[in-house]
Amino acid sequence: MTVNGSAVTAEVADRTLLVHFLRDVAGLTATNIGCDTTSCGACTVLLDGQSVKSCTVLAAQAEGREVTTLEGLAAAGGEMHPVQQAFHAEHGLQCGFCTPGMVMAAVSLLAENPHPTEEQVRTGLEGNLCRCTGYHNIVRAVLAASGQAEGQDSQ
Amino acid sequence: MIPAAFTYKRAWSVDEALDLAAQGGEDAKFLAGGHSLLPLMKLRLAVPETLVDIGRLAELSSVRDEGSYIAVGALTTHHDLATSGLLGQELPLLAHAAGEVGDPQVRHRGTIGGSLVHADPAADLPAVILALDATLVARGPGGSREIAAADFFHGLFETALAPGELLTEIRIPKPAQAGWAFQKFTKRAIDWAIVGVAVQGDAVALVNMGQTPVRAAAVEQALASGAAPDAAAAHAADGTSAPEDINADRGYREHLARVLVGRALAESRSRS
Amino acid sequence: MSILGTRVVRTEDPRLLTAGGTYVDDLRVPELAGAARVTFVRSPFGHAMITGIDASAALAAPGVVAVLTFQDINDIPPPPPPPEGGPPPGSEAAPLPLGGVWQEPLLAVDRVRYVGEPVAIVITDETYQGEDAAELVSVDYDPLPAVVGVGKALSGDTLLFPDAGSNIPVDHAAGDTAFEGCDVVVEREIMNQRVAPVPLEGRATAAVWADGKLTVWVSTQNAQISRFILAGAFGLNPDAIRVVAPDVGGGFGAKVGLDRDAITVAWAARHIGRALRWVETRSENLTGMTHGRAQRHSIKIGGTRDGRVLAYRLDVVQDTGAYSRMGGFLPTLTNLMAAGPYDIAHVEAGYRVVVTNTTPISAYRGAGRPEATAAIERAMDLFAAEIGMDPAAVRRKNLVPSDKFPYQTPCGATYDTGDYIGALDKVLAGAGYDELRAEQARRRERGDVVQLGIGVASYVEITAADADGGETARVEVHDDGTAMVYTGSSAHGQGHHTAWAMIVEADLGIPMAKVTVKHGDTDEIPLGTGTYGSRSLQLGGVAVHRANLEVKEQARKLAAEMMEASEADLELNTDSGLWQVRGDPGSSRTWADVASHAGAEGLTAFVHYTDGAPTFPFGSHVAVAEVDTETGKVTLVRHVTVDDAGTVLNPVLTEGQRHGGIAQGVAQALLEEMIYDADGNPLTGTLADYAAISATELPSFELLVSETPATINPLGAKGIGEAGTIGATPAMQSAVIDAVSHLGVRHIDMPTTPARVWAAISEARNSQ
Repeated sequence: MTVNGSAVTAEVADRTLLVHFLRDVAGLTATNIGCDTTSCGACTVLLDGQSVKSCTVLAAQAEGREVTTLEGLAAAGGEMHPVQQAFHAEHGLQCGFCTPGMVMAAVSLLAENPHPTEEQVRTGLEGNLCRCTGYHNIVRAVLAASGQAEGQDSQ
Repeated sequence: MIPAAFTYKRAWSVDEALDLAAQGGEDAKFLAGGHSLLPLMKLRLAVPETLVDIGRLAELSSVRDEGSYIAVGALTTHHDLATSGLLGQELPLLAHAAGEVGDPQVRHRGTIGGSLVHADPAADLPAVILALDATLVARGPGGSREIAAADFFHGLFETALAPGELLTEIRIPKPAQAGWAFQKFTKRAIDWAIVGVAVQGDAVALVNMGQTPVRAAAVEQALASGAAPDAAAAHAADGTSAPEDINADRGYREHLARVLVGRALAESRSRS
Repeated sequence: MSILGTRVVRTEDPRLLTAGGTYVDDLRVPELAGAARVTFVRSPFGHAMITGIDASAALAAPGVVAVLTFQDINDIPPPPPPPEGGPPPGSEAAPLPLGGVWQEPLLAVDRVRYVGEPVAIVITDETYQGEDAAELVSVDYDPLPAVVGVGKALSGDTLLFPDAGSNIPVDHAAGDTAFEGCDVVVEREIMNQRVAPVPLEGRATAAVWADGKLTVWVSTQNAQISRFILAGAFGLNPDAIRVVAPDVGGGFGAKVGLDRDAITVAWAARHIGRALRWVETRSENLTGMTHGRAQRHSIKIGGTRDGRVLAYRLDVVQDTGAYSRMGGFLPTLTNLMAAGPYDIAHVEAGYRVVVTNTTPISAYRGAGRPEATAAIERAMDLFAAEIGMDPAAVRRKNLVPSDKFPYQTPCGATYDTGDYIGALDKVLAGAGYDELRAEQARRRERGDVVQLGIGVASYVEITAADADGGETARVEVHDDGTAMVYTGSSAHGQGHHTAWAMIVEADLGIPMAKVTVKHGDTDEIPLGTGTYGSRSLQLGGVAVHRANLEVKEQARKLAAEMMEASEADLELNTDSGLWQVRGDPGSSRTWADVASHAGAEGLTAFVHYTDGAPTFPFGSHVAVAEVDTETGKVTLVRHVTVDDAGTVLNPVLTEGQRHGGIAQGVAQALLEEMIYDADGNPLTGTLADYAAISATELPSFELLVSETPATINPLGAKGIGEAGTIGATPAMQSAVIDAVSHLGVRHIDMPTTPARVWAAISEARNSQ
C-alpha cells in the first residue's frame, strides 16, 4: 500500500490489523490504539481520503490503497496542515493521545463538509473520544480550520 | 484485541467469492466492510477460519433506479447511502437512517449488506428495509434467489441465508406513501438504539424490540382501521418481546416504543 | 510587560501534532530492542478460589517464552510490616497502606477477588502471540459468592478476607450531631457511583535489568514515587532503579505511582532475564485500572424555615473494591471538605471503608472532594426544596462571607482566600439566571414536553493537600544563553513545559524559545513528587520561580565582577534579558556572557520547595438542562462556570483544564457508571458499554473569569486541574432534578440516564 505517499510492502500475518501494520511495519507510531471495540477513534487514518478506524481494517483490506496518517499531513517543507495549525492555535490537545485520530477525523470531516456548524462538528466527531479537553477547543479548532470563528473566550 | 488466526482470501468476482466460501465450508465468512464482523473477531466472539474478502467487488456497490424499485448493491457503504442523491430523492428513510449508523468512520467502511447479514436487532438498517418491504437478492452455488425482507430475519444474528450464500442486492420498491420518519433513541450519539422506529407511510418497523427487527403489526392494523396516529401508537409494543439490558428494562422499552412510534407517525405525516 | 497572565499557545504541540507523542508503546530505545511482550491472564470471576493452573498448552504455543504465576515469585522480599510505634493502619492518622490481612499480592495466590485480577503472565516474542497463548492457560476456579455493593459488604455474609473477620477495614462512622433547633430536617441516602477514569492511553510498562540496574518506562504521573515503590518492592536501593515517564496519555489520578501489574512486569523482566513490554487493552483497562468514586452517602441537613442551615451530617461508606489502595484514604478528604463553602455551625462527618468483589478504587479527578461537594450540594437542594426557597438564594444565605477568611471549618480545614458569594453572583449573572427561571416557568405553565432545569452548585476544594512534600526544580543557564529546567512535576497534558518556560522568561528575561523543560526521568531528576491533586503550579511552578531567583542572584554576582560594579547597582532587564549597571545604559551583558563566566559548576540552582500549604480554589456552576418528560432523555444545553484558582498564569492552559474537568464532571452526572452484577461481573467492561462522554453530548462551555489570589505563594496560584469536575457534577445532577421537580421529583441518583429519569417521573406521577 501507499502510506503518506510512499510505497510500503511487507509480508504479514493475515490477521494483521492496519493499525499494527502502520505502527510496527511502516514505523509510523503517531496513530494510537485506545480501545478494542471500535469506539474511541484514536486509530483514525485516511483510507483513500476517507476517515476509517484502522483498528477495524485488516492490512490486507488496505492493500493497493492509499493511507494517510498524521505524519503525512504536514507539507513536504514541514509547514503544518491548516487543521494541525488550528489545533495548536486553539489548544485543541492536552496529552496528545487522541490527537492523531482526532486530527485525521477532522480533516475528513472538513473534506466532506467544508463549512460545518458547531453541531455538525460535534456530531462529526462522535466517533472520537477525548478525555482531556472536554472537546470545547477541539470544536473551536475545527471551526477555525474551516475559516469560521466560533464562540468566545472567557469573559 | 487481536482476532484468532484465520486464512484470508480475496475475491475479484462474485463467482470467485462463492467458490472460496464453498472451499472454506462452515467456518468461512464473507468480509465486506468488516465493521460488524471484525469487532466480534477482535473480542474472539467469532472465530471463522477463513475470511473471504469481497470488498473489491465494485459491481456490488451501487444505487440504481430500476423504474418501480431502487436497486441497492449490498456493498454500498452507509456513507454512500447517506449521500446518494437518488436515495435522498426516492428513499429518504434509507438515506437518513444510513447517516445515523455508528459514526463517520464506521459509515465509510460499513455496508448495508454487512449490516443486514449480521442481523443485529439493535441495528438501524434491518428495521428500515423491513418497513420498506424490500426484497433481498442472494447468490449461492445453486444460483440466485429472492427473499422478502419479512422472511429474511430469523433470529438473533440469524438470517435466511444459507452458508456460502452471498447477499448481492437489496431491491426496494418506490414507496406509495411519501411520508417517512426515523426515530433513534440513544443515550449517546454513538450508541446503538435503545429503541428505534422506522416509518414509511403506514408501515412501522421497530429496532431493538425483539430478537429480530419487527413490524409493529398492531399499530399498522389500527391505522388501517382508521385509528388516529396517537391511538395507533399505543399499540406499539403489542406482540413484542423487548430485551432487557443496562440501558432499559422491558417496561421502559415498551414505553419508549409507544412514544417514539407516536412521534414517528406525526413526523411522517408532516412530510406527506 | 510580564508574559505571566497572557495567552501563550503550547510549546508541547508541534511535536505532538506532527510526529505524535512517544508513549510507552511507541518507545524504540536500544534497551528495548528485542523486548518480549507481556500478556496477562486475568480472573473471569469476581470471587473464586484458584484450585489449579495448567500452563502446559500455553507453553507449547508459538513464541511463548514463559508463563509465570505467584509460585515463581520467590525472589523478592515480602511486604514490610507496618512501622513500629506508629498509628495503626486504617486509623485516621494512617489511612494507608493497610497490608496485613488485607494485603494485595502481585499475582493471585489462592483466591481471586475481582474480575480482571492478574493471575498469571504470558511472555511471548511478539504481541499477537500473547493473546493466543493466554487463552491456552487453563485456570481452575471454584466460584465463591460475590460481595457487590456496600450493603452486602457491610452485612458480612461473605468475607473477602476471612482472616479479617469482616469486610470493613476502616470504621470511623459518623456520630450524631445536634439537629435540635432546626425547624426543618431532611435526610436521604444517595449514591456517588463508581466510574472509570478512561484515559485514552491505558496502562503500559516496559522494563529491563542490565548491570544490576532496573530501568522501567511507565505511563505514570510520578516517576520518582514509582521508583520508591519499586525500591520497596524489590528491596533495592533507589539508586539501582531508573524510572522514566515518557509521554503519558492521560492519568486523572489513576496513574499515580505504578500498580501491581507494572511491578509484576518489572519483576518478570529480571526473572527471565529479558526486556519486557506490556500495553494493556481497553477491556483490561476497564477492569484492571482503578475506578473512582463509589461512595454511598447518608446525608442529613437541618436549619431554619427562612433558609439558614444550622447542622449537616455526612456519613460515607467508601466501597474500595477488592483491595484498599487509595480508597481507604479518599474518604478522609471527603470528610475534610464535607462542609463545602458554607458557614454551618455543626458539621459531623464520618466514614467507613468496605471491600467488595470489584476493581479497587483509587484517585480519579478530584479524588474524594467531588464526593463531598456532590453530597452537600444535594443536601442544600433538598433543604431548599423542603422550605420552598430558591436554591441559589439558600446558597447565598449560607456561603462563607468574604470577610471571614481564613475560615476554619468544623471539619478541620482552613480555607485560605475566597469570594464565594461573588462567584455565585457572577455565575448567576453570566447564566442569566432570572431569565432562565422565567423560561422554566413558561414551559411549566404550558406543560411542554421538553422542560428546562437549572442546576446551581457552589464548591470549594483543597489542592496541594500534601504541600509539605513539596516539589523540586533545578534551573540551569548555559553559556549559549539557553536555559534548562528540570522539574519534579510530571505533566501528562497539563502544559507544564509551556508554563515553566513562561516563568523563566518572566523572571530572567530568557525567551521561551530558549528554554527547555525536562521531567519524568529519575536519572536526571531523582527527587520530585509528580503531578496529582492539582499541586503542580503552586508547588512545582513556585519551585521553578525560586530557582530562577537563586540563579538570578548568582548571575548578579558574576555580572558585577564582569562589569566591575557593585551588586547593588546591577539590574536585570527582564524584557531584553540583559544585565546592566544602573545609570550606565551602554553597559550590558547577556545571559550567555554571564553563564560563560560562571566557572565549572555553571549557573544553576536547585530548589525543593516545601514552604507551601494547601490552598482552596472555589467557584460556582450553573448547568442548564432540557429533559424530555416523555422519554427521560436529558440534554445539557449550557454550562456556565466560575472556577477561581487564584492568579491565572496562562489563560489558555487554565481554560483547557476547566473544559476537561467540566466534561468529566458532567459525564458522571449524566452518563457514566461502572456497573457490576451480583456475581461481580462487570456489565460495562468495554467502551461500547461504558458510556464515556463524546463531543455530541456536550455544548461549548461558558467560562467566567475570577481570580482571587492565593497568598501563600508569589504566583498567587491555587490548583485548577480538578475544580471544574468538582463543580460540574452537582450542577448537572441538580439541573436534571430541577427540570422535573414540579412533577414532584426530589432526587435522582447519578447517572441521570433516560431510564432513571423516566422512572423518577413515573414514580412521582403515580404517587400524586
